[in-house]
Order: sequence, then structure tokens, then C-alpha cells
Amino acid sequence: MSKDTIILGIETSCDETAVAIVKNGTEIISNVVSSQIESHKRFGGVVPEIASRHHVEQMTLVLEQAFDEGQITWNEIDAIAVTEGPGLVGALLVGVNSAKALAFAKQKPLVGVHHIAGHIYANRLEQEFDFPLLALIVSGGHTELVIMKEHGQYEVIGETRDDAAGEAYDKVARMLGLPYPGGPHIDRLAHEGKETIDFPRAWLEDGSYDFSFSGLKSAVINKIHNAKQRGEMLKDEDIAASFQASVVEVLTKKTLRAAKEYKVKQVIVAGGVAANKGLRTALANAFSETDIPLYVPPLSLCTDNAAMIAAAGTINYWNGKRAGLDLNANASLLLK
Amino acid sequence: MNVLAIDTSNQAMGVALLKDDEIIGEMVTNIAKNHSVRLMPAVEKLMTEVSLTPDQLDKIVVAKGPGSYTGVRIGLSIAKSMAWALGIPVVGVSSLEVLAYQGRFFDGYVFPFFDARRGLVYTGIYQSQGSRLRLVYEEKNLSMEDALLKLKEDHKKVLCLSPDIIKHKDSIHRVLGDLAIIPEGPFHIANPGFLGLAGLYKEADQTHTLTPNYLRLAEAEAKWLQAQKENK
Ligand SMILES: [Zn+2]
Repeated sequence: MSKDTIILGIETSCDETAVAIVKNGTEIISNVVSSQIESHKRFGGVVPEIASRHHVEQMTLVLEQAFDEGQITWNEIDAIAVTEGPGLVGALLVGVNSAKALAFAKQKPLVGVHHIAGHIYANRLEQEFDFPLLALIVSGGHTELVIMKEHGQYEVIGETRDDAAGEAYDKVARMLGLPYPGGPHIDRLAHEGKETIDFPRAWLEDGSYDFSFSGLKSAVINKIHNAKQRGEMLKDEDIAASFQASVVEVLTKKTLRAAKEYKVKQVIVAGGVAANKGLRTALANAFSETDIPLYVPPLSLCTDNAAMIAAAGTINYWNGKRAGLDLNANASLLLK
Repeated sequence: MNVLAIDTSNQAMGVALLKDDEIIGEMVTNIAKNHSVRLMPAVEKLMTEVSLTPDQLDKIVVAKGPGSYTGVRIGLSIAKSMAWALGIPVVGVSSLEVLAYQGRFFDGYVFPFFDARRGLVYTGIYQSQGSRLRLVYEEKNLSMEDALLKLKEDHKKVLCLSPDIIKHKDSIHRVLGDLAIIPEGPFHIANPGFLGLAGLYKEADQTHTLTPNYLRLAEAEAKWLQAQKENK
């Protein structure tokens, strides 16, 4: 590459309004995230209409901050990358339409990015990819295993058939009366408790890389109900530890098996649940016994951000992929 | 001064380009098709047609609602981002005011409204005054019945303007009788040229703080506030 490629990334698929500027898909120039967690807390989850309202209020502020912090001018920007899906449609629409307006106003190429591709590429901001690689994506909306043989090529080998791992975390947290978002609270409690309850592990059919967490979620709920009826005392810490042990074991074993079967050179973890200490530790232990390197991005790159969208968008841009001004938000966009 | 006016707040999608107070291009569709997909291509096409480039724009005027929440946000996202990137002022104009322009020379009350479901409407009462439209009753989300009863008290002629006029025709006639004037089809669709004109005379908004004119809280928010009240 003779000249640097500088991409402006925009992400609004859920409850973070994010803008970032990234050089060559590997170097963050600026990365601004305006989180709405405080606004959604009182509702116990993300309310789509409220998320959309926030995005439209925050967008130009976040854009300006990204340019200010990066000390970058429009002349230096090569293209604009935006999350086109999947996600909350009303939220996505704000980012997509802002990106199109910017692309037209400044006459810059526009590139659409799949949100999960973004999560995967968050890792490239830390560590160059080595193909074939396996990515485990775990978040409130996703639980997927993806094989990549080259840049910009994705093969989904496993995904959840019901709840995403993060969703199960949030639901169990709610049962335990923990505040939203519940994932970090469960993780914290799990470390204080012991695995005293043998919750089910959903392995599914032989050889399947798919996941299922709704059975586990129901088992936890039933356990809590039954204990209450019998006047039995269950420690929240132990419930959290037992629940987390089930989730982590399934995720870890399937990831390890896939890594071996596909003979990958690298395993990367992505998505909000990648911040989970229990999962990080279990994966690190499992892969320490192999010669396959495991990478988990730093916390700030696990959760939704726009640097990851700019990073993934850089590859699309290099591959000549362009979106038109008729680009639309696609709530159920597939990863290809 | 080159002004771009955009309206995606309701079903009719409008784009207009003005040179000072003269229309140089205009496009309106009134079909139930995606504004998100169609607005930017329409802006690009119209600008190419009249040989204007984005950096020649001096001001952007946007219909800020009420209307479809999503539609309003598409318009504002585009207007704000474009204005910010080009470093030019942006002006938000109430979608009701834009519609009221269709009755700009009417002697009496101009009553623009949008259906807000469950018997409710978004409305405000305007009146022609010199070269401007003056807001007589503030914009609100209220029941059509209440709006009509209030109008009746003033014994003035009322020009009713709404893309949802058919749905409310009967109740308008029932309550207002001869006071109501309901014009033909084209009068009920907001005109983006008038949006540009309205914006021309208004002070620019702060790009960062320009927000939609929803006239209604998000449902979750309203319920939450209600629950807080009941708990007290
Ligand atoms: Zn995400």
C-alpha cells in the first residue's frame, strides 16, 4: 500500500452512538462512543424508540468529537463506512442516513459494513490476522462461530438457535434482581460463588457447532422457583457460578473443537460477552494446551464501537465494495 | 443563497431547491415507499438537474415533524449531518407549519393536522398575518374531538388541511358544520418549496441541538412516568 487509507466509521445498531477514524484498518486515530446505558437502565433493557431518539441527538456531536480528537480534516478521509445491519432498524437508520448525507456532501465513497464483521475486525486493531482463523462472537444479540479463510470472507459454521448468550445472561440477571445490563454482575457474582448446581449443557447433535441457551435459561428459572417453594436457600453467587459454568463450558468446548477441526492458525473472540472474565479465563486455559494462539480484544473494543466498523470497512473499501445513496438499514442482514 | 429543503416526516416525500425565495427545482412523491432508500438519490438527482454541487449549498431546511418518528429522524439525520459537514446553517420547521402554508392567504383559522391513531391528531392552529403565518394555538397531540370543539368556540372559518383528511372528514363536518372548509386533494400535501420559504425567514438552529418535533413521548417513557406517578 503506497498511501495510507483513512476510513470514517459510523455505528448505531443498538444503544451506542459511535464514530471513529481508522488508518489502514489497523490503527485507531480516534474512537468516540456515546453510550445510552443510563437512559435504558430504568426500563431494564434497550428500548428501540428511545435508542433511535438518542442517536439523532448525538450523531453530529459524536462526529465532531471524532474529527477533533483525531486532528483530521475531511480531505484526508478516503471513504465512509457504516453499519448497515443487523440491529435495531430505527437505530440503524440514523447511522445509515447520516453516512449517506456525509458521503454526498463531501463526495466520498460509501461502504456498508455487517455489524458482526465489525466485531471480528475489532481484533485487527490489535493483532494482524493469520488465516484461516476462527472467530467466536458472543454478545447480547449474537452467538456465532465464523471461519475466515481470507479478508472479507466469512463462513458461519455455528450460531444460536434461540437466545444469544448475552441475552441469557440478561434474563438470568433480571431473575436475580440485578440491574441492567446484567452480564457483568453475573460475572462478578460467579467469581464469589461455587458451581453447586448442575445446570444442563446444550451440546445439540453430534458435531454441531450451533448453540442453544433457552433451555439453560429455563432450567435456572425453574431451579429458583422450586427452591423458593420448598423454602430452600440458594445463594445468588452459586446460581451465577453454576449458570456461567454451563455457558462457558459449551462456548469453550465448541470453539476448541472447531479450531482443531478447521486447523485454524488463530482464534479470536469478539462481542460484548468477550469482556466476561469467566469466559476469557476458560478460553485461555483451553487454548494454552494447544499451539493455536487466542486473542481477545481489550474491553473497549469488545463492546459496540465504530473503530471496528471502520476496520472492517477498510477491507470492503480495498475490495472495491461500494454502497449507493440508496443504501438502506437491514435489521436481519446476513454475514457473507 | 442556495437552499435545500427536505421533508420525509410523513408519507409525502419532498425535496426542493431555492435560490433565495425562488424555486429552482422541486420533487414530491406521495406513495408509501421507503424514504430511507429514496431521499438521498432524490436530492442527488434534483441537484444534478439544476447543476448545483453540494458545496454550493448555503442553507438546509428540514421538516422536523410531527409525523412518522422514523421518517422525521431520516430527514433530521440527513439535514444535520449534511449541514455539519458543509459547515452551513440548518433550520428545522414544524411539519404542521409547512402544511399550513397551503392556506397562507386564507382569512380565518388554518387547521393542519396529522392522524396520530386512536382518535388522536397532531395539530396546531395557524393564522395568516401580513407576510407570515402566526401560530394561534400551540402544537399538540390531542384528541380530534377536543381540537374540533375548541375550534368551534371561536366562530371562525376553519381551513382543514391534512393528508389524513378522508379519515376525519365526517367528524369535522359534524362538529364544525359550515365553519369548516375542506379543499381538494393537492392542498393536503405539504409542499417542499413552502418548507424552503418558511426556513428562509427563520433563524438557524444549532446543528447539534436541533431535535425532532415529536409532540409525543416515546411510549416506554410515557408508561414509566405514569408508573412513577402512581407509586407516589
Ligand atoms: Zn455488537
